[in-house]
Amino acid sequence: MSATYATHPEAREIVFDFISDYDDPTLLGAFWMTVKLTVFSGIGSLVWGTLLAAMRVSPVPLMRGFGTAYVNIVRNIPLTVIIVFTSLGLADIFGVTMGARDDFALQGFRLAVLGLIAYTAAFVCEALRSGINTVPVGQAEAARALGLKFSQVLSLIVLPQAFRSVIGPLANVLIALTKNTTVAATIGVAEAALLMKEMIENEAQTLLIGAVFAFGFVVLTLPTGLILGWLSKRLAVKR
Amino acid sequence: MTSVLYDAPGPRAKRRNVILSVVFVAVLLLVLWWVYRTMDDKGQLEWSLWKPFTESEAWTTYLLPGLGDTLKAAALAMIIALPLGAVLGIARMSDHRWVRVPAAAVVEFFRAIPVLLLMLFANEFFARSTNVSSTDRPLYAVVTGLVLYNASVLAEVVRAGILSLPKGQTEAAQAIGLRKSQTMSSILLPQAVTAMLPAIVSQLVVIVKDTALGGVMLGFTELLNTRGTLAANYANVIPSFIVVAVIFIVLNFILTSFASWLEGRLRRSKRSTGAVLGAEDVDDLNAAEVGGPHKTGGVL
Repeated sequence: MSATYATHPEAREIVFDFISDYDDPTLLGAFWMTVKLTVFSGIGSLVWGTLLAAMRVSPVPLMRGFGTAYVNIVRNIPLTVIIVFTSLGLADIFGVTMGARDDFALQGFRLAVLGLIAYTAAFVCEALRSGINTVPVGQAEAARALGLKFSQVLSLIVLPQAFRSVIGPLANVLIALTKNTTVAATIGVAEAALLMKEMIENEAQTLLIGAVFAFGFVVLTLPTGLILGWLSKRLAVKR
Repeated sequence: MTSVLYDAPGPRAKRRNVILSVVFVAVLLLVLWWVYRTMDDKGQLEWSLWKPFTESEAWTTYLLPGLGDTLKAAALAMIIALPLGAVLGIARMSDHRWVRVPAAAVVEFFRAIPVLLLMLFANEFFARSTNVSSTDRPLYAVVTGLVLYNASVLAEVVRAGILSLPKGQTEAAQAIGLRKSQTMSSILLPQAVTAMLPAIVSQLVVIVKDTALGGVMLGFTELLNTRGTLAANYANVIPSFIVVAVIFIVLNFILTSFASWLEGRLRRSKRSTGAVLGAEDVDDLNAAEVGGPHKTGGVL
């Protein structure tokens, strides 16, 4: 049935009409929201994760303890719990509306970004820490033997090597983050997964809708993996 | 380990550490004070909101059944995904292109897609094409979504586990005249399974965490979902969130600790080849492939 059905031009329009039937958001608009969530949370979690990693390797025991505790607690809570909490707990009870008290769409977006940052930063921190650990002890020892200060050891010797070995793991975190942005659907952020839920419940073409959205995520994650994978191989420190 | 970054602190470094500690504690206390004040303002510290958790009703009606469903879905997903993953993983290492390429395509496809999409699709599929009752459907959908995703992750775990074994194992098996299937089933797999155990337990943590997604999006009555019913009943939003978060943390902490205990035990054991797949490898395998599974492991 479907073979002849889809070959007629007007029939093809009927099969694919679910794409143009939705305009708030459109298919592309929903995926654009996914991209925005990924980019903002990615930048935020890179900053917060680097701070956490700095705490975890710092000479101050208290900061080390805080960094370790944060990572172990946050990694063991489902992201869904964190995202739902930002809406029901942080916004509704604590009154943290992220500067968007009346604009619920914007508020939801910002809360989701906050939750994603809090969660993803723990994984960024672990990736960075393992990167620092891949630098052989001899490198830092040699640097200290040359009389370099702590800041010089870190900035000239350890971090340049650590960053290069950490691109692969960080790319994995970024890909996981892209997929995790779908959790924002739980607090009503109009991103791809929420639109898919709406479409798949109301339209007849279940398989086609599933394929379209799956394709969208493959398009988002595949180039990230390929480009950063190539980069990490190119920049890897050969030992 | 990381102390290579700095020397043992002298007098000046000690003083600086003390100052940093004091500033850090001050900031931390400020945040805690704000949390305490806000919770006090909103009446979230009232004993009546916390009291239900000391009584059996909240546990037997909401939390324990919710936790039960969480564990049920996670266990089912793991039990179904493991053999599927093993088959996919071994198929991906086949010498025949027509087996290897489709298996690789399936694995890479399901790993690139968010698990929520798989759950939503499975839910709709069960609603339209099967006569699974609407009360069972959320469980079916959650487990199906988790199985599709985790089978492909576990396929990579199996593959990495087999690749982590020393090459001499295969060569020795070939030298004594075993066929490819015999090499796989009596030499490589038994050792790979041991090496994979910590990674499998770590993946269980990922599965447990993902069940919560089904609770909110599909109405599956797991722990986060029953928290909503509980909070609606006792009007204790913040306390219920804290209790549920603590349950998840404790559960996953036990699993994580078990995984790292296993990892340590396997690394120390004299009988194994020393090949182990740990928690860090699982983090990498849950994203799509960057750099390859056998490059990230510390032992390989």
